[in-house]
This record gives sequence, structure tokens and C-alpha cells, in this order.
Amino acid sequence: MSPPVAPPGWSRWLVPPAALSVHLSIGQAYAWSVFKPPLESALGLSGTQSALPFQLGIVMLGLSAAFGGTLVERHGPRWAMTVALVCFSSGFLLSALGAAVEQYWLIVLGYGFVGGIGLGIGYISPVSTLIKWFPDRPGMATGIAIMGFGGGALIASPWSAQMLKSFGTDNSGIALAFLVHGLTYAVFMLLGVLLVRVPRPRERADGRPAPLEGVQVSARSAMRTPQFWLLWIVLCMNVTAGIGILEKAAPMIRDFFADTSTPVSATAAAGFVALLSAANMAGRLGWSSASDLIGRKNIYRVYLGVGALMYTLIALFGDSSKPLFVLCALVVLSFYGGGFSTAPAYLKDLFGTYQVGAIHGRLLTAWSLAGVLGPLIVNWIADHQEEAGRHGSALYGTSFLIMIGLLVVGFVANELIRPVHARHHEPAATVPAQPAQKEGNDVSRQQPESA
Amino acid sequence: MSADSSQSPPDAAGPPGRRPLIAFTWLWVGAPLAYGLYELVRKATQLFTG
Repeated sequence: MSPPVAPPGWSRWLVPPAALSVHLSIGQAYAWSVFKPPLESALGLSGTQSALPFQLGIVMLGLSAAFGGTLVERHGPRWAMTVALVCFSSGFLLSALGAAVEQYWLIVLGYGFVGGIGLGIGYISPVSTLIKWFPDRPGMATGIAIMGFGGGALIASPWSAQMLKSFGTDNSGIALAFLVHGLTYAVFMLLGVLLVRVPRPRERADGRPAPLEGVQVSARSAMRTPQFWLLWIVLCMNVTAGIGILEKAAPMIRDFFADTSTPVSATAAAGFVALLSAANMAGRLGWSSASDLIGRKNIYRVYLGVGALMYTLIALFGDSSKPLFVLCALVVLSFYGGGFSTAPAYLKDLFGTYQVGAIHGRLLTAWSLAGVLGPLIVNWIADHQEEAGRHGSALYGTSFLIMIGLLVVGFVANELIRPVHARHHEPAATVPAQPAQKEGNDVSRQQPESA
Repeated sequence: MSADSSQSPPDAAGPPGRRPLIAFTWLWVGAPLAYGLYELVRKATQLFTG
């Protein structure tokens, strides 16, 4: 399948909805917990077992984004979105079959393995295309798409819960819910497949396609640069710090104010978690858009520097003021989201648009590690503090100090990022044609400014 | 936009003929997102009322 080139007069504002239709769908992954209790009671599973499809799905997301990125660059966004649609949707259909015949391994295989490939390919599918369409605002463009990944869970969580309520929580009700999910997401994602276009190549005076201007680095070469690994550290530290709060948000706010005159109820704690999700989503769009104005390096200085300050405020004064605790946590979570959505634009500044989707896929391995590291630190320390007889905010003090340290490491890594050395640049002859927009000029403008 | 291309300039809202399609596609993704946000706001208010 060759990349679909936009006809004359095609609007670039048709590309973000195409990207959103995929990201809003695959973002359902974070609403898997809705299916856990019904699966546990219908199929007699433990909590650990019922988490398996989600965990395998996230592992497959990282692996397929890392290893499938080059294929996505080669075949284009329509191919990638088709693969994402087929895998994500058939993952649900296989799960429906598994639930109907009470074979849990089919649900793990379907949702986790097959659907997980859809998650990874779908996540990176629009990134490169959006950056090519919005060379003047790459942060905003990728922010819209990646905000969709956060928004997917907001939609799926109440929708799936309502469906289970209607169909029942026995195995046939779950199977029907999976079936409806698979079919609905297939139709919803189809819009992206049909709509997505790459910009037409710009032509030189002699009619031949003009090569991309500015710095262009292949995915293979990018992996050999210190810039890639420094940005990998930056993303990993920022995500770890965000997950540190996200993972235990509800028990954390209750523990912090347990011994005060205004303890937090379970209902209020659930409201706090919802508010964090909103901050996460808003940060994905807001901070990433802001990076187009103040530069990528500066925005990561804010994420990491101000993030460390927020953690310090929580550690020092968090248990004395509920508004302060909530405000600081919201800011940290907005930086967490912003870190995700600004990364593709940062990569574009450093490595150009040539294989930015593939490079982004490989960078997402930092997310995989952070996804393990963040919860591990907070849970392990909280458990040990509890065993030592501590309670309340004392359960989290050490975790916060570690998070501050990680953010400082990320801050230093960001400071060390410089423009990529010329020996890694692709020669003009090997770089394909550039889109008919101001892309080349923008790359050369952004590189010294942000990198 | 480069002079050698007939493509819309980056800041254009899109050619008039495409506007209904643009509106439809944004509605396609905007409607479920609005539902998700509505549910989120409903839940988030529990922090202050719960």
C-alpha cells in the first residue's frame, strides 16, 4: 500500500480527526479495569490473572511501536491505521469468542497480543504525517493526537460500564460487550483510514520531487546519537515521576489527610483521580502547543524543573493544605501528559521529518520502562514504610525524594541535548521528497532554537 | 507555502468545498470526546462534594 497523497485543495485540518479516530479508540486500553471484576467472577480469575490482557497489551504496544516504526514509515499512515484497525478490532472479536466459550487464553491472546500490536502501530501511525502537515505547529498537531489517547479511556470507561450493566456481567454478557466494542471501534477507526493523506511532494523547477531540506537523520543513525538516548532518559524520568502519583492517587490523597480534621472520602478520592485525568489530557494539548512558541528544550525545562519543585512542595507542605496538594499533583500530571505529546516534535527538531515516526516508536521504550519503574518505586516504598509502622503522608516521603532526584536527572539530560552532529545526517540524495509546505525552513529554524 | 505548489497555505481553514467534510469529521471525533469529558467532569466534582 503506497502512502495516500493529498489531492490539490485537501485541507490539513482533516488530518487531526483522522489521527484522533485512531487514538481515541486505542486509548480504550486504559479502561480495561472496567472488565476486570466481571471477568474475575464469570471465569473464576484472580486479580493478577485478569490484569494479564492489559499488561500484555502494553508490552506489545512498546514492542510493536519500537519494531514496527520503520514499516510505518515505509508504507505510510493509511497502511498503519489499517493494521491498527484490524488488530485492535480483531483483538476484541477474539476476546468475545474467548468469553463466549470460557477460554480465557483467547482473551489474553486477542486483547493482549493481537490488540496490543494494534495499540503500538496505531499510536505511532499519525505522528509523522501530522508533523509533515503542521511544520509550523508540530507540537500542537501531535498534542491533539496524543491527547486522544488519554481521551480514549474517558470515553470507554463509562461506555463499557454501561454496556456491561445492560448486557450482564456473566460470560455471555461480557462476550457481547467485547463484540460490540470490536465492531464499533472498527467503524470509528475507519474514518482515519479513509481520511488520512500525506502532503503532496514539493517539486523542483525541473518537475522532479525536491528532497527534504534541513537536518535529516534515519532511525538507525538516530539510535547511535547521544541526543536520542538523552531524550530517552528525559522521557523515562518525566513519565516515572508522573506515574508515581497516578499509580496511587486515590490512596495517596486519603493517606495524606487521614489524620487531619478534613479527611478525604473514597468518593472524593475518585473525583481527585478524575481531575488528574483531566490535567493529563489538558497537558497533552496545552503544553505541547506551548512548545511551538517557547521551544522544546525550554518546555522540558519546565516539565522537569517545575515538576521537581511541585514534588518538593507536596513533600514539605502537602499534608497541611489540601488545595496545595491537589494543585501540585495536577501540575505534575499535566507535565506527565505534556512530556508524551511534546516528544515527537522534539524528535522532529533534532532528527528532521525523514523517519521521525520510526524514531518516536523506538523512544517509546522509555515509557515501557517507566511504566514498570514508577509504580514499583511508590508501591515498594509505601509497603515497607507501612511495615515499619508509619502511616499518612510518611508513607510517601521517600518516594517523593526519589522522584525529585529522577526529575533532576532528566533536567540534566535535557540540558546536555545539542544539535545532532553532521556525521549522522542523511545525504540529500537518500532523503525522499518533501511535502509542499514550509517544512524545510521550519526544521532549520527549530534545530538551533530547541536542540 | 512554497510558490511551486497549489496546496492550501498552512494557516488556511480549508477550501470552502471541504468545509462540510471538515465539520463532519470533527463532529465524528468530538461527540464521543464530549461525552467522555462530561462523564469526567461529573466524577471530578465529587472531589468537592463527596
